[in-house]
Amino acid sequence: MLARSAVSLLRPASSAACRHAAPLSTSAPRCEIRKLARLRVVDNSQIGKEAMAEGRPPRVIHVYNKRAVATVGDKVLMAIRGQKRKGLLVGCVKTQHPMSMIPKFDTNNVVLIDDAGTPLGTRIHVPIPNVIRERLQRMSHKKSGDFTKILSLATRFV
Amino acid sequence: MLRRRTRIEIPEFYVGSVLAVTVSDPQAPGKTSRFVGICILREGHGLRATMTLRNAIDQQGVEICYPLYNPTLQKIEVLRLEKRLDEDLRYLRDCPLEYSTFAFDMEPEHAADSGEVPVNPVKVPLRPRPWTWRWERAGMKGLIVPELREDFYERAKKVSEPWHKYDLMREYRRSVPVEDQREIYAEVHEHVQSLETDQRRVRRRRVFVAPKKTS
Repeated sequence: MLARSAVSLLRPASSAACRHAAPLSTSAPRCEIRKLARLRVVDNSQIGKEAMAEGRPPRVIHVYNKRAVATVGDKVLMAIRGQKRKGLLVGCVKTQHPMSMIPKFDTNNVVLIDDAGTPLGTRIHVPIPNVIRERLQRMSHKKSGDFTKILSLATRFV
Repeated sequence: MLRRRTRIEIPEFYVGSVLAVTVSDPQAPGKTSRFVGICILREGHGLRATMTLRNAIDQQGVEICYPLYNPTLQKIEVLRLEKRLDEDLRYLRDCPLEYSTFAFDMEPEHAADSGEVPVNPVKVPLRPRPWTWRWERAGMKGLIVPELREDFYERAKKVSEPWHKYDLMREYRRSVPVEDQREIYAEVHEHVQSLETDQRRVRRRRVFVAPKKTS
């Protein structure tokens, strides 16, 4: 829907003939987090706050996943303020399978972490889904790092 | 479905009612998780029937879709029983968060007269565009859509399908016909009689008294 409004702005406004030209065919939005998806940083890290304040949210440049689509609990690599940073997804807009009862959020929320899983911020001010606990525990190995440290930052679980 | 209803009470509620659902969640602290929210959608039929509850927690909109007959659901309470002007409140996603905020410690509100379900005639305003849906085309009665550029309405008129309201077969397919309704109600009626006694029996069986150490 956003694409259509952008296209209509590009067309000349005056001529009636031009206005009713064939519109673009667009498919329904899937709200999946793939490469170049924009995310909302929800911790109080310095770089995250600056990026969100200046209106240039981080963009995903790699998803650490076989499927290349990130969901809750997945690690992503983002470009934020000219730097590459890793992040953990803590909330998705994508509608989940109804039987799973995983919460659906209004924004795609991400928490910035370093390579070992240590978060860059000190607090997460939005609710985190409970399902993330088990997913982070599965991800944490002695060699890869302890990703469950972000759970101690959360103020509210849903 | 009826067997599940002997174990848990699934109360009467509508889209627009505020509910509190307690679910057993092995990953939650205390193994149970409680969520309060307004029912924005009811989908599915039979054992697949689901309801979606929406709430805004810490300025973050959260929605959870609960299958009504999921065995991990422990309790469903209706905190406010009311209807809205629409059967589908998904437009709350594009409205200010104050219209989706309900306190978790909300007390159940008992209606004074248990007759008809009250209809809340509130009309919710939209946030500025972009939206998740073309609300100027949706025709939602409980929504205040701001005035848009005229080419929006021209395009809406072009893609509109005004013949739907005359389509009898469509209406038939979407609803349960009267003949089938009679059969279903007859089947439910025989079970409703024994429902009370079954529920009482289950409640008595469930009470577990921990053994006390004597001497």
